[in-house]
Amino acid sequence: MLHTVNKSPYSNTALESCLRFIQQDDVILLLEDGVYAAANGTRISHLIEKALDTHSVYAIQADVKARGLQDLITGVKLADYQDFVKLLETHRSNAWL
Amino acid sequence: MSESPKKVMITVRKAPHGSIYVQEAIEVMFIVASFGMELSVAFIDDGVLALKSGQDTGELGIKGFMASLGALTDFEVTKVYADQQSLDDRNLSEDDLVFIGEDEETEEPVKAKITSSENIAKMMAEQDSIMSL
Repeated sequence: MLHTVNKSPYSNTALESCLRFIQQDDVILLLEDGVYAAANGTRISHLIEKALDTHSVYAIQADVKARGLQDLITGVKLADYQDFVKLLETHRSNAWL
Repeated sequence: MSESPKKVMITVRKAPHGSIYVQEAIEVMFIVASFGMELSVAFIDDGVLALKSGQDTGELGIKGFMASLGALTDFEVTKVYADQQSLDDRNLSEDDLVFIGEDEETEEPVKAKITSSENIAKMMAEQDSIMSL
């Protein structure tokens, strides 16, 4: 399963809920305001750090760049839209809107 | 050639009256069920607030959807789940929830089935498709 999160982790519980329901071998993709969760050294960066122990975490590069995020949590992979399509082709998806 | 019906889950994660999401989710439930798909519905996070009894939207000047919610089973929407953790977080228990119709066989009124996040997560893993509303 590919879990997509597009909401800021500071104003919405989408990421926390995603992490509560995620299963083994599932993948997380952060996009739009969801990419703020990938920033290093924040109040909530432990959430993604912990998720990385057991899951792959991607962030959409265009959204990361658009928001000027340069210091990302180590292990978060940047994905372009082609990568996003490939992930959708190989996984069922669950959008945490 | 017969294929087994597609397993579809609708997740409801928004509070009921501040936006049209829950109303739309109920409409989609009826559509999916009418197409003979194997539908399950999970109320999670603020979505559980839609199941609270005693909601009266009269003074808002809108009809609301409580009548639809009270007749889900009439439209073959029978696999309805509420996330225990989300209820606990909001100090809600089974007593606080509306009936969603009657049991097909016993005709007893039924509510959403309260279950753990873990169980809902397992159900999610079994779906062909998950629609988030």
